Amino acid sequence: MPVAETQGSTDIALIAGLRSGDESAMAALYDRHSSLVYAVALRVLGDTGKAEDILQDVFLQLWRNPGLFDSSRGNLGAWLAVIARNRAIDLLRKRQPEVDVEDIVVSVQPDFAAAAERSRAMDKVRMALGAMATPQRSALIMAYFQGMTHSEIAERTGEPLGTIKTRIRAALQVLRKACGA
Amino acid sequence: MSVHEQFADDLALLALGDLHGDERAALEKHLDTCADCRRELELLRGDMALLALSAEGPRPPQRSRKRLMEAVRQEPRKVAVQHRRTSWMPVPWLAAAALAIVVGFLWIQNQALKRDLATVRQDFASQQADLRRAREIVATITMPEAKVVTVSEMNKPPQPQGKAFYMRDRGSLIFMASNIPMPPIEKMYELWLIPMSGAPIPAGMFKPNLKGGAMVIHPPLPMGVEAKAFAVTVEPEQGSSTPTMPIMMMGEGE
Repeated sequence: MPVAETQGSTDIALIAGLRSGDESAMAALYDRHSSLVYAVALRVLGDTGKAEDILQDVFLQLWRNPGLFDSSRGNLGAWLAVIARNRAIDLLRKRQPEVDVEDIVVSVQPDFAAAAERSRAMDKVRMALGAMATPQRSALIMAYFQGMTHSEIAERTGEPLGTIKTRIRAALQVLRKACGA
Repeated sequence: MSVHEQFADDLALLALGDLHGDERAALEKHLDTCADCRRELELLRGDMALLALSAEGPRPPQRSRKRLMEAVRQEPRKVAVQHRRTSWMPVPWLAAAALAIVVGFLWIQNQALKRDLATVRQDFASQQADLRRAREIVATITMPEAKVVTVSEMNKPPQPQGKAFYMRDRGSLIFMASNIPMPPIEKMYELWLIPMSGAPIPAGMFKPNLKGGAMVIHPPLPMGVEAKAFAVTVEPEQGSSTPTMPIMMMGEGE
């Protein structure tokens, strides 16, 4: 597939391109989704070198085995973001991955491949985070971006374990509601 | 959809990778038989993907794309070879003559390739030795099991400090810091290259590990900039284009 043709292709068509060994499809997918993957990894790890390694690993794994992503089970950008975040947390906590990537199914409304849709969702997420109560937002950020366990968050904040668990779930639901609206 | 309330909080923890042991086993057993809770787990992972959208930051450096595409080119392709049928059938004597020419050509090519291969093997052995040495150096600095000791004046608590190793002509920078306190929530440290003239140049974001150590390795920098000093400030997690005062650490060349 020539490079010019790949730019307007859907993620599903580009994944099909990977299956037939099309390097330009890989380049197009990278151009479309690398910023998000890198941003997540960098936010978690705070280290540009390690974030670049995660970026490389995530996309190279997709190239080696495009079948890992099942398009009937979510959109690619969202799936890549979740994989990148999990990898970064595993690296941060120096542990082996606990979930196989092919078992990760991501169900989310906005299509991350469409720049305008992603940008709208980004604004909604920021607004929702800004409107959250500080303890709720802090618990979510500590769990998601800093890779802290709920026990560590409870210890740091002095709150009961159950409160932290509920706060994290409620915060994720707030995001879902904000972006589904 | 009705999620079983007793598993509701644990589903969020499982999505975050923060559920272990008996609790995890119990939930996974339940998920085998509960479609509603499986669906909720998918939605929670979708929520996680949404949260990823808030992680705005600098774009990955151009070298990452190059690095990936080089790796892609070196990967063996698993594409099935398609055999084309042809209606052209040479007469036997013509085929034999063509085969003889091809065999002769291949023999000459083979000899040339053998010579090239010997040269490549020598280069490869030399590069492998260089690579082994480089890996040992990097491993000593970066591996988790490497013991890092900060030597400081006796009876005084260790202070935050960093060392920047910078090669102007290559735009190559390694920064290592120790005794760095955790930044406030939603903040990170940003390293700055202060040129001899002009505005400070962002040289990478970092935050310390649990022992207070931090590294920035090869941040994207323009080549050929003479550094007057390096500085560290506390910035929002997405980074800043200009340093926010006060400067936390600063040092000039030795």
